Amino acid sequence: MARMATTRRVVVSTAAAWLFGFLIFFPILWMVLASFKTELEAFAIPPSFLFFHWTTENYATVQERSDYFHHAMNSIIIAGGSTLIALLIAIPAAWSMAFSPTRRTKDILLWMLSTKMMPPVGVLVPIYLIYKSFGLLDSCIGLVLILCLGNLPIVIWMLFTYFKEIPRDILEAARMDGATIGRELVYVLTPMAIPGLASTLLLNLILAWNEAFWTLNLSTSNAAPLTTFIASYSSPEGLFWAKLSAASTLAIAPILVLGWFSQKQLVRGLTFGAVK
Amino acid sequence: MATRQTQLLARSLLTPAVGLLFIWMIVPLALTLYFSTLHYSLLDPGSESFVGLENFRYFLTDPAFLASLRNTLVLVGSVLALTILLGIPLALLMDQPVIGRNFVRLMVIAPFFVMPTVSALVWKNLLMHPVSGLFAWLAQLFHLTPIDWFNDVPLFAVILIVTWQWLPFATLILLTALQSLDEEQKEAAEMDGASAVSTFIYITLPHLARPITVVILIETIFLLTVFAEIFVTTGGGPGLQTTNIAFLIYSQALIQFDVGSASAGGLVAVVIANIVAFFLVRIVGRNLEA
Repeated sequence: MARMATTRRVVVSTAAAWLFGFLIFFPILWMVLASFKTELEAFAIPPSFLFFHWTTENYATVQERSDYFHHAMNSIIIAGGSTLIALLIAIPAAWSMAFSPTRRTKDILLWMLSTKMMPPVGVLVPIYLIYKSFGLLDSCIGLVLILCLGNLPIVIWMLFTYFKEIPRDILEAARMDGATIGRELVYVLTPMAIPGLASTLLLNLILAWNEAFWTLNLSTSNAAPLTTFIASYSSPEGLFWAKLSAASTLAIAPILVLGWFSQKQLVRGLTFGAVK
Repeated sequence: MATRQTQLLARSLLTPAVGLLFIWMIVPLALTLYFSTLHYSLLDPGSESFVGLENFRYFLTDPAFLASLRNTLVLVGSVLALTILLGIPLALLMDQPVIGRNFVRLMVIAPFFVMPTVSALVWKNLLMHPVSGLFAWLAQLFHLTPIDWFNDVPLFAVILIVTWQWLPFATLILLTALQSLDEEQKEAAEMDGASAVSTFIYITLPHLARPITVVILIETIFLLTVFAEIFVTTGGGPGLQTTNIAFLIYSQALIQFDVGSASAGGLVAVVIANIVAFFLVRIVGRNLEA
């Protein structure tokens, strides 16, 4: 009897979970399908779900008409650059707080967290004016800088929680065996820190790639990453659904893959270690 | 054990990060504060003059402020309620023995990784378009009048889009918390004859109290400054119906070029966010000691 109930429970919960999962995922699937339709079919009522003329024409057009790769490259430069610089600044800081904490370490960490809570719109005006006078508007450097600073607290926090978990006994054991600080760093600490570093890198890439306040406000064309590029499809006179879908699919595909790899770390990173 | 040298090293490693964050926090904020006391319009450069609290009086008594404050509260409140109320059952469901759970998880988490401009435009056009959208077609199938989402219920349409983006986050965090719940506790309760409902109320829900608080606080921080979704769908309209505080400040600064009152508004936004931040920092801080 108990066995029967369990089987039924598995069937029911599996069916329900797949149904709701599919519903949540559906808008993305619908967009991907639309990207392979012709403009007419994308707009057609009743819509066709699978039996339309599959075409990859939209993907070619998006590149020809609007230089998609230019914006994709900007996204890569901005997300990648801001993440790498943030890591370079954050690694020593998190390292030092995790391995030689002082009485003030906790306060410093919480203060860093509080800077992340400042709403960007609160400093939009001065940043815009500063950027304007330094010629940083619509430049990749400007966006790298601002996204790097904006995400720095999260990067430090994530690294800190990972470094904190490296057992200190191992360090002491290495020291007893006569390891110098340099050897200790290369052979003991680095291998243990790599998983934490990798997931911090991934999460921050995702956040920077999708950031859509500063990128929309500080870039127009030259430095426009994909967020701004896609926003240009919002004008009512230029509604091309199939092309919008193709551009969008290209814009989210790489990050979706990265995101799926890092979902476990996402919880930890975005809750500042409060939920693991 | 720590020698003077290592202490010195530790401090010098920490300094760049602290210094940068300090500058990043203090300089723009000080400038915002300064601008907020000026009559300062980009359309009329050179005419800056000190006006004291005039900008605050103007911003706070502007009918647009009250409307946008209301919209902000409705947006944040509705999205919070929807993501928690849908997230709990969804997380409970995914915590059941489900065949192919990892795949379902991938589908559920996906919207969170979609950039805001993409999700807003896909929803606005492909799904919510009053004539050619999928929802309009579904309504026709059931002989209903299609809803003109962005004209009839613009704020609700924005709420739906933002909920879709944040439901995965709430679900994932609640699911992670559920999976750390001690199975033995639940089994013991079942052995004692507790029904599924009372197990949920007396064991599962208290266990979820903390993650729910964390979800509420973190979502609030991000939801207070929802911008891109409004920017590409409604542009704050029709009228002021979807203008939230973030969008109002943006339009005062970069559309009307009124630096003074946009700065005053920016400070108001900072104050509101700080009230939330105060509670979040306390909760996270408590966790740091544990």
